[in-house]
Amino acid sequence: MKITRDEIVHVADLARLELDEKFINKFAGQIGDILEYVDTLGRIDTKGVVPTSHAISLINAFREDVLEKHLDRDLALANAPEKEDGNFIVPKVIG
Amino acid sequence: MEFEPVIGLEIHAQLKTNTKIFCGCSTSFGAPPNTHTCPVCLGMPGVLPVLNKKVVEYTIRMAIATNCKVERRSRWARKNYFYPDLPKGYQISQYELPVAQFGYIDIETDGSRKRIGITRIHMEEDAGKLTHDPDRPFSMVDFNRTGVPLIEIVSEPDIRSPEEAGAYLRQLHSIVRYIGISDGNMEEGSFRCDANISIRPKGAERLGTRSELKNLNSFKHVEKALYYEINRQKEIIIDGGRVVQETRLWNPDKNITTSMRSKEEAHDYRYFPDPDLLPLVVDNEWIDALKKTLPELPDRKKNRFISEFNLPSSDAEIMSSSRELADYFEECIKEFPKPKQVSNWIMGELLGLLNAEGKTIDRSPISSSNLARLLKLIDKGIISGKIAKTVFEDMANTGRHPEEIVEKKGLVQVTDVSAIEEVVSQILADNLKEVEGYRKGKKKLIGFFVGQVMKETKGKANPKIVNEILKDKLAE
Amino acid sequence: MNLHELTIQKALKLLKEKEISSTDLTRAVLDRIDAVEERVGAYITIAGETAMEQAMLADRAISTGNISPLTGIPLAIKDLICTEGLRTTCASRILENFVPPYDAFVIKKLKKAGAVIVGKANMDEFAMGSSTENSSIKITRNPWDLNRIPGGSSGGSAAAVAADMCLGSLGSDTGGSIRQPASLCGIVGMKPTYGRVSRFGLVAFASSLDQIGPMTKDVTDCAVLMNVISGFDPKDSTSVPEDVSDYTSFLKNGLSEITVGIPKEYNAAEGLNPEVADAVKDAVRVMEDLGAKCIEVSLPHTEYAVAAYYVIAPSEASSNLARYDGVKYGFRDKEKKSLIEMYRSTRSNGFGPEVQRRIILGTYCLSAGYYDAYYRKASRVRTLIMQDFDNAFKKCDVILSPTTPTTAFRIGEKKDDPLAMYLSDIFTLSANLAGIPGMSIPCGFSSAGLPIGLQIMGKHFDEGMLLKVAYNFEQATNFHKQKASI
Repeated sequence: MKITRDEIVHVADLARLELDEKFINKFAGQIGDILEYVDTLGRIDTKGVVPTSHAISLINAFREDVLEKHLDRDLALANAPEKEDGNFIVPKVIG
Repeated sequence: MEFEPVIGLEIHAQLKTNTKIFCGCSTSFGAPPNTHTCPVCLGMPGVLPVLNKKVVEYTIRMAIATNCKVERRSRWARKNYFYPDLPKGYQISQYELPVAQFGYIDIETDGSRKRIGITRIHMEEDAGKLTHDPDRPFSMVDFNRTGVPLIEIVSEPDIRSPEEAGAYLRQLHSIVRYIGISDGNMEEGSFRCDANISIRPKGAERLGTRSELKNLNSFKHVEKALYYEINRQKEIIIDGGRVVQETRLWNPDKNITTSMRSKEEAHDYRYFPDPDLLPLVVDNEWIDALKKTLPELPDRKKNRFISEFNLPSSDAEIMSSSRELADYFEECIKEFPKPKQVSNWIMGELLGLLNAEGKTIDRSPISSSNLARLLKLIDKGIISGKIAKTVFEDMANTGRHPEEIVEKKGLVQVTDVSAIEEVVSQILADNLKEVEGYRKGKKKLIGFFVGQVMKETKGKANPKIVNEILKDKLAE
Repeated sequence: MNLHELTIQKALKLLKEKEISSTDLTRAVLDRIDAVEERVGAYITIAGETAMEQAMLADRAISTGNISPLTGIPLAIKDLICTEGLRTTCASRILENFVPPYDAFVIKKLKKAGAVIVGKANMDEFAMGSSTENSSIKITRNPWDLNRIPGGSSGGSAAAVAADMCLGSLGSDTGGSIRQPASLCGIVGMKPTYGRVSRFGLVAFASSLDQIGPMTKDVTDCAVLMNVISGFDPKDSTSVPEDVSDYTSFLKNGLSEITVGIPKEYNAAEGLNPEVADAVKDAVRVMEDLGAKCIEVSLPHTEYAVAAYYVIAPSEASSNLARYDGVKYGFRDKEKKSLIEMYRSTRSNGFGPEVQRRIILGTYCLSAGYYDAYYRKASRVRTLIMQDFDNAFKKCDVILSPTTPTTAFRIGEKKDDPLAMYLSDIFTLSANLAGIPGMSIPCGFSSAGLPIGLQIMGKHFDEGMLLKVAYNFEQATNFHKQKASI
């Protein structure tokens, strides 16, 4: 099943990626090939087979409700591209 | 054509655990920005979540308290979307297999009871706080709140009026506070409500197109917004138009809802099981142990107050509105077993005092024991009801026992009949004109005489006796 | 004696006996890096100064008799693993100057064991690739032939070990990223059982498949590193609270009780180079000579493993990489004035093409309307693959196969054919899907002198068995003693 240009653009948008025309076409082709290959999965009968989300069958890893040391704010912000007065700064969300 | 609204409510309550749901950072409110964070809740590269057991306990207790089926096996899911207050670019939540489903609570409106279904309750993490700079094209992000545990409670669309919505909200609010899992503070954001509302011709089966309402910051606003929205949708339909499915923001200043036509609307959250967290398995033993930790719930308590104490429904509603108040009430009754009188005094004097001073019952300056003692004094006729009110005030200011105050201020009621007779005679003798007026038919003057006697006795005369003696003497 | 050529085990002995010092050893390694790094390109960051400081501390510890399992041993760390205070880039522009404020759990363990961290090794960006050509920083060249790839995604870690630019390294493996480069560079590499080694601090690619593992010059060194890095971590919910055996106790002779399984489906693998096939056949014969019983087993769903992997891994990755949005750390396009433009430009310029390709593929497989057909379906197929191994291991103790269908290909040869690149993971990725342990050891050379790797896979938590089989083979063959002549 080939993937259309519109579908690539839509999915790229969901992933907050901006592809230029060159990439869109290239990706459409490559991803289309991969999806066609992946479509072979459709051949297998998986009726009644439970999907695996975890390779090991563990359950219930818990921690107690006990306070731990916070990260020093300077360290928390050390890698921030923009910061001010202890806040992370981003371009305005609205407008 | 008559319309009926179909309403469903989605509530998010912050759980008041000490630490966040997936890391050991503090959940306490009001710290300077980004001081309650760690690599995990900041979503740094390479970090992993570990579930706070207490969050599960609180949630299961809520599930039991709302008659839900606790799922023995539930899963964590990732809800993927981009927003600056969401550090990982996904929220850890529960999707296909929530921890609780198929519950209900019974509400009362206008004296009739109704069951509102609860579709599901699940756990998830809160996002950070985004503040917009008013002057510059920037927003500030504070991640202190990221990872604070939330439960989401989704109701069935069983609600048919804004009043029912209010009753449902108030009871859930009461429950979360009763079982001690949340502060339930709507203004501070620890108890949030979104509403889904549509209308349809009365009796119809099909649902109309719904709109989702947000920014509802108090019970009153929820009801107002629903009223507004019902009318808005009615008018559209009556005009022959179609209601658009959209998210609308309630504007509390203008009392209207406005459409939130933003690009963020069409979300494909791409839910899938979170590979970093293990399935949650809850066994009967655990559920039973948690069940035992639940107190008597508000609805049950209210009904018990009605049946056991013969309280009218409205009194019972108030007495059971918080666990602390209910406990206060019952402690008081233990010492002074006349429930209606106790509830009168609590509703009238005590709550009035607490409201005026902005205090809650757990900070009451008057203990339940002292209130009981005060009521005993009235009951025994040692002081009159009126005097009791001043003693009450004194108790609130000094914290002293009522007997002490009465003695110190010499407020013991005068019941000596002969003493009162003397005073009455004196008053009548001094006010012959009024006596004549009374005898000629101005019966209301009795109040004047009573007042004079009370003044003379500094309020201590037993009013009943005063009245009887006056009537006798005036009848002569 | 060229100190940089020592194995970990040999160096530990000499350090303990005070015949060499860690400072000398570390200096030798750093000198070696100086000499060959320009040609090999194994390192993104060389932490020379701190390494020497750690070496001095190690020497002090040794002098007071305070010796831990790795005291004074210089190691390289794949740049996908967070090291506190030391730049960690994941070979991506989007994290080009990211300095983690915390150590990964395995790093804490290495430090506690006294190890010296020499630098951060090059890799395919965010571990996505099989050649290290997807690094946004530099190309790494195979020490055996500098015109060829070292494999990927842990190509830098493999090349560094093969060229004696460290005594051992840590890599990570999601679909073969330790084993395949180990095979192409003629060294030992192990992917532990899922949950054996903590993932806390490993920058996530595909969370249900990723594992950190050792890459070493021989099997003994592999066991030594496994002892240190294995074990339960309360900060990793998928970490298994299973006791850690002393893996070195398995390094003893005798395969007579062992049954080795050869999957019949692997012979028909697309593009299997005949020299590789032959080397593996020879290896099986060696096993038999050593007393092992060799039988044929079947892994019927082998042909679907690549497809299942290339749905599950990109799907999880697309979600794991959403945090790289320019808000909290890493690269941000500061020219963009609106949030959404900032997101798009940051991510489009910060991620390389392979990463973007996989994000799009993964997002697609999870998106509305496709989730059931792709992600859910692949997850069901994964169960069948796990069952294949469960069934096979009822009949044998370990499974043998080539690690990869070919020897190292030329740089640039497969770059424009992602699907061809993906298909070369055919032998390795099933182990990640099933969560079982796998290791690659040298088992021969092609006529062009390029290393060939033998893969050994085992049951969950049976790393000891893998090490035993590998050790015996190694003792009988000495392929590991040959060195790249760089």
